[in-house]
Amino acid sequence: MASERRDRIERLIERGLQACAGLSVLVTAGILVVLLVETLQFFREVSPFEFLFGTVWTPLFLQKSFGVLPLVGGTLLVSFIAMSVAGPAGLLTAIYLSEYAPSRVRRVVKPVLEVLAGVPTVVYGYFALLFVTPLLQQLIPGLSGFNALSPGLVMGIMILPMVSSLSEDALHGVPRGLREAAYALGATKMQTTVRVVLPAALSGISAAGILAVSRAIGETMIVTIAAGQQPRLTANPLVPIETMTAYIVQVSLGDTPTGTLAYRTIFAVGMLLFVSTFLLNLVSNWLRERFREEYA
Amino acid sequence: MSSSTTAIPSLADVAQQSAESGAADTPTKVDVDALSFFYGEKQALEGVSLSIPANQVTAFIGPSGCGKSTFLRTLNRMNDIIPRTRVVGKVAIDGDDIYAPGTDVVELRRRVGMVFQKSNPFPKSIYENIAYGLRINGMAGARSELDDRVESSLQAAALWDEVSDRLRESALALSGGQQQRLCIARALAVQPEVLLMDEPASALDPIATQRIEELVYQLKSKYTIVIVTHNMQQAARVSDRTAVFWLGKLVEYDKTSQIFTAPSEKLTEDYVTGRFG
Repeated sequence: MASERRDRIERLIERGLQACAGLSVLVTAGILVVLLVETLQFFREVSPFEFLFGTVWTPLFLQKSFGVLPLVGGTLLVSFIAMSVAGPAGLLTAIYLSEYAPSRVRRVVKPVLEVLAGVPTVVYGYFALLFVTPLLQQLIPGLSGFNALSPGLVMGIMILPMVSSLSEDALHGVPRGLREAAYALGATKMQTTVRVVLPAALSGISAAGILAVSRAIGETMIVTIAAGQQPRLTANPLVPIETMTAYIVQVSLGDTPTGTLAYRTIFAVGMLLFVSTFLLNLVSNWLRERFREEYA
Repeated sequence: MSSSTTAIPSLADVAQQSAESGAADTPTKVDVDALSFFYGEKQALEGVSLSIPANQVTAFIGPSGCGKSTFLRTLNRMNDIIPRTRVVGKVAIDGDDIYAPGTDVVELRRRVGMVFQKSNPFPKSIYENIAYGLRINGMAGARSELDDRVESSLQAAALWDEVSDRLRESALALSGGQQQRLCIARALAVQPEVLLMDEPASALDPIATQRIEELVYQLKSKYTIVIVTHNMQQAARVSDRTAVFWLGKLVEYDKTSQIFTAPSEKLTEDYVTGRFG
């Protein structure tokens, strides 16, 4: 009798847990379906070719044009600036922490870096707009109040902990035996680090870098606040631009009526954003798997 | 797998043979005097003194944790890279104290090569594994010279015939035994005088083990070899002299034939006859 009751409770718990897991999968699938349906609706009126290769983006104007490249360009520009900061600085930090720092320093610095990753991005956004941009304007005359440079730099600082932490994991994962082998051949610390440890950790470090790019592309708050709202296909970091994410915010907050073509653009842009970050995450995962296999 | 190729000789046979081959005394290569070693507060070696003769094979045996590997790693200062370790005493190679201030540790490690328990080829091609040590030590020279050195190192490690047609392939694709011989070739490439081997065959199958042992035997004409092993038959087969360690102390050190047939310490006798270990 008692055992039957116990079994029933066990089954109930199992069902409950299943439902929880199922719910998150269902919600994600639901979001994807909505995204897909709205995107398809959009492409009924605008050809994918015009969308993907057009160079003018004015869906909110009377003269409507649906070329997404200015938004893609703005996103890539800011991400490029961010990675120019976070890539080298993050890697050097990781090398220091993994190979040179005494374990005492690593135990303190690593968690501190990871706390940095928890600062709300809206704080970074205002930091870019109200502190970094005015500072840069003193150095670079003619820098617009909204520009790609300032949010790019701040975004670089934001993703730096992610790059350094993941790269440090990759470097730390290189077996001690490889370092010993290099030392035993008469290698110096730098020769060991640069020519043995770094190449051995390369796939893990690349995975970290790609994940950071994906994060930069999807980052919204900083660019919405500090980069401007002018879709512009340019490589000039000193003028206002608009990223894909900032555009989505602009339309979601604005008075664009739902159900209109202008409104549907955000689903098309959202789909593009989703597909690109999804692909980047896949590549990053694949690289990380490869790294793990090499040292299983 | 067939193991019929290796009929393991009895200890007495081997000891007899090595006694006949006459482990004639050669000049001392490594002289260790009252060496103690500490991991933090924990003492791992207590006042070890012994002399390792040139161009012979010296084996260190003893139960796990007896300090034999730690001792081996003091001979090329490999323990330096472990934080909070301390050495007291003297290790002299060709009469020069390697722990004296101002010792060039990088040059020391080139002179005293090492092969590890777990084979650790770099994740590079077979060729680059050998060439790495030559490059960092400025011994690479012209392309043809580098090629020659890679070939001669692989030949010295009895690996050339198996890999000569795939030098550009990843070293990680080799079998365990081949990887370990590659590591030996890599160590030989920088022309060391002493070769330290830390249980080089412990992860290998009997046939691969036999090849390593044959290699050790061949290499001693050119190198001074020190090998740590937990396998007493291996010590008996390959070494001229054997040191027995127990709890961080050197129990007995003598000709291998003596250790295995007429040890002077009760502890040695108990260990080599398998009464503990």
